[in-house]
Amino acid sequence: MNIQFTKYSKIYYIVSAVLIVASIVSLFAYGLKFGIEFTGGAVIDLTFTNQRPSNDQIKNQLSEFNLSDLTVKPVGNQGATLQLSGVDEATHQKILSKLNELSPVQENSFQYIGPSVGQELRNKTEIAILLALVAITIYIAFAFRKVSRPVSSWKYGITSLIALIHDILIPLGLFSVLGKFYNVEITIPIIAALLTVLGFSVHDTIVIFDRIRENILRRGMGNFQETVDWSLNQTIGRSLSTVFSTLIVLFAIFFFGGDTLKYFALTLIVGITSGAYSSIFIASPLLVSWKSYDEKKMQKGQKPKK
Amino acid sequence: MSQKYYIFIGVLVLAVLSILFAYPSYYDKGVDYLNQKFSWTLPHFWQKDYTLGLDLQGGVNLVYQADLSNVQNKAEAMSGLRDVIERRVNTFGVSEPVVAVQGDNQLVVELPGVKDVASAIQMIGETPYLEFLEERTQEDSQKIIDKIQEVQKVQDEGKDITKVDDWLMALQNPYYKPTELTGEYLNKATVVFDQTTYKPEIQLQFNSDGAKIFEEVTGRNVGKTIAIFLDSYSIIDTNGDDKIDVSDLYAPRVDAKITGGKAVITGNMSTQTANDIARRLNSGALPVKIGSPISQETVGPTLGTVSLQKSLWAGIYGLLGVIIFMVLFYRLPGLLASVALIIYVAINLALFKLIPVTLTMSSIGGFILSIGMAVDANILIFARMKEEIKQGHGLAAATDEGFKRAWPSIRDSNLNSLIVCAILFIFSTSFIKGFAFTLALGILVSMFSAIFITRIFLMVFVGPKLEKFKNWLL
Repeated sequence: MNIQFTKYSKIYYIVSAVLIVASIVSLFAYGLKFGIEFTGGAVIDLTFTNQRPSNDQIKNQLSEFNLSDLTVKPVGNQGATLQLSGVDEATHQKILSKLNELSPVQENSFQYIGPSVGQELRNKTEIAILLALVAITIYIAFAFRKVSRPVSSWKYGITSLIALIHDILIPLGLFSVLGKFYNVEITIPIIAALLTVLGFSVHDTIVIFDRIRENILRRGMGNFQETVDWSLNQTIGRSLSTVFSTLIVLFAIFFFGGDTLKYFALTLIVGITSGAYSSIFIASPLLVSWKSYDEKKMQKGQKPKK
Repeated sequence: MSQKYYIFIGVLVLAVLSILFAYPSYYDKGVDYLNQKFSWTLPHFWQKDYTLGLDLQGGVNLVYQADLSNVQNKAEAMSGLRDVIERRVNTFGVSEPVVAVQGDNQLVVELPGVKDVASAIQMIGETPYLEFLEERTQEDSQKIIDKIQEVQKVQDEGKDITKVDDWLMALQNPYYKPTELTGEYLNKATVVFDQTTYKPEIQLQFNSDGAKIFEEVTGRNVGKTIAIFLDSYSIIDTNGDDKIDVSDLYAPRVDAKITGGKAVITGNMSTQTANDIARRLNSGALPVKIGSPISQETVGPTLGTVSLQKSLWAGIYGLLGVIIFMVLFYRLPGLLASVALIIYVAINLALFKLIPVTLTMSSIGGFILSIGMAVDANILIFARMKEEIKQGHGLAAATDEGFKRAWPSIRDSNLNSLIVCAILFIFSTSFIKGFAFTLALGILVSMFSAIFITRIFLMVFVGPKLEKFKNWLL
C-alpha cells in the first residue's frame, strides 16, 4: 500500500486555512475569557438542598453586600456558581448564611484569588510560553543540525514552526468560541494542556522529517515528492497508533473524569488531533510545495539548460 | 535455565510486590481468612496510604504574603514565621497540615478536613505574641487552681460556666503571671557557644526601654524562674511529646539582677533546641505581619470524594480502552505490552505511595495521560518489528532489530516530553506541578516497562513454535 499523501495538498491547505482564519477571527472578535486565577476574584460553588432559587432571587438576597459584579451561573438542577470580585473570609461566611436563609445550601468549594496572585500567574505564564518556544527552537535546530539536501535544514525548522502555530491557534480559537457561548474560561489546566500540545506537536513532525532524511540518505535524492510520500506511509501507522492510544485515555478523562479535568482533556484532544493532522497533512506537503515553488522560480529566473 | 528466565522471574516478583503494595486489601483479606481457618499468624502486607491532595479529600488551601519591608534577613524571618504558624496550625487538630514557604515571601497553609475556616484564618493571621512571665505566689496559685476546679465542675454538670463568679480567672496560668516584658522590647536573640564548654547558649539583646524593664523584672525575681511563652504556649516542647500544650513549660532561672539589656540563657540543651528557641524569640521580637490570605481555596469533603471516584473511573476506562486497542492491533505483542502496561500502572501506584506523591486531580490527570503515552514506545518497536518481518527476518531477529532501531526515536520522544514537563514545572502553581511531576515520573517508568519488561516477555514467549504464525502475530 502506498498512499499518495502529497497529491491533494491543496485540499489540506484550504481546510487548515479555513480553520486558522476562523480561529483568528474568533480570537479578535470574542477574545479569550480568562479564569479568576488570572484576573483575581472569587468563585463560590454551591448545591441547594431543595429547588434552586432563581438567579434574581439569589442576587436580591445578596444585595446588601454591594457585589456589583456578581454573576450567578446555574449548574445542573440544584447547583449554582457565584462569581464575584474579592471578598474576605468574614464576608464569604456572611454570604453563605444569607443564602441559607433563602434556601438551605451546601458549599462545595470556594476559591479566592487576590489581584497580586493573578498578576504573578500571568507573568509566570508568559515566561513559561517564552521558555517553551525557546526550548522548542533549540530542539528543532538540534534535530536538523546536519544540513541535508535537497531541502536546506532551516526549511524543516520553519515548516515545523508553522505546524506548531497551526496546532496552538486551533484550540485557542475553539476556546474563544466556547468562552463566548458557553462561558468556558481559560484556566491553569488549559494552559498546562496547551504547553503539553506544543511539545507533542513538534515531536510528531520531527519523527516524520527524520524518516524523510533517512530515506533521502538511503535511496538517494530521486523524486522528492515520492520520498516524502514513502516516508509518510512508513510512519503513518505509528503516528495513528500513538495518537489513538493517547486519545483513548483523553476521552476517558473527558467523559468520566469530572469537571476539573474536562476542558483540560478537551484542549489536549483538539491539540493532539490537530498536531497529528498538521504533521502529516500540512508540514510534510509544505516541504514538497516549498521545493517545487523554489524550482519554478529557478526555472523562470534562468533559461532552461538543454 | 538461561539468564532471561531469571530476569523474567525478577520482573514477575517486582510486579507482584508492586500490585500488593499498591492495593493490599485483597491480600489482607485472604491472609485474615487463612489465619482464622488454620490459626496461623501471617502478617498483613506493608500498609501505607496514598497521600491525597486537598481537592480530593476536602480542606482549605491558603496563601499568605508576608510584609518583609522592615526585615533584614528575609529567609530567616520566613522560616520563623513558618514555625510560628505551624505551632498554631497544630492546635487545630487537623491531620497532616502543611505549612510551607513559597518563593521569597509567601506562605502556603493547607488544612485538610478543617471545619471552621473562618476562625482558622483569624488565628493564622494574628501577630505572634512573645511574653515573659514571672512566678505567682503560692497563695495566688492556689486561688486559680481552686477556681479552675470550680469551673470544671460546673462544666461537667453541663451548666453555663460564664455564670461562675470571676470565671475568667480560670483561664489564667496558675503558676505564672505576665510581666511588662514582651516581644516588642526584644531586639534579637542569637545562638552562641560557650568558649570553654562548647555548649550552645542563647543571647538576648533588649532595646533601651526593654533593658530597664528587664532589670526590674530580674531584680525582683532573683532565684526564681521566668517563663517564656509564645502565643500563650511554652516557647518549646519541653516534655518531648512532639506537641506544645499546657503541660510544657520553658522557664530559665534568674541568677542575678541583669543590667544593660543583655542576657544569656545557659543550660543543657542541644544546638537544635537552642536554634528553635532563638528563632521563635526572634519571630516574637520582629513579628512579621501576614494579614489575610491572598488566595484561598476551599473544597468540601463531598466534592473531594466525588472527584476522586470520577478520576479513578476515568483511569480504569482509559486503561481498558488502551488494552483493547493494543490487543486488537498488535495481537500477541499487543497482549504482552498490555501486561507490561498493567505492571507499569502497579509500579507507578507503588511509587506514589513510596515517594510519597500527593495525589490531586491534576496529578491523576497526568498519570492517566501517561498511560496512553506509555504504549508509544511499544508501538514504535512493533512497527519496526513488522518491517523486519516483511523483509524476511525470523521472529527472534526481528525482535532484536525492532528494539535496536526503535530506540533513538523512543529516547528522543521521551526526552522531548521530559523537557515539556520541566518547563511546566517552573510554574509554582500546584495544579501544573502535580501534572508535570506525575507525567515525568510516568515517562521514566514507561521507558523501563516498555523497553525492559516487554522485551523480556517477548524473549521468553517468542520461541520457534511461534515462528510459523509470525505473519499473523504482528
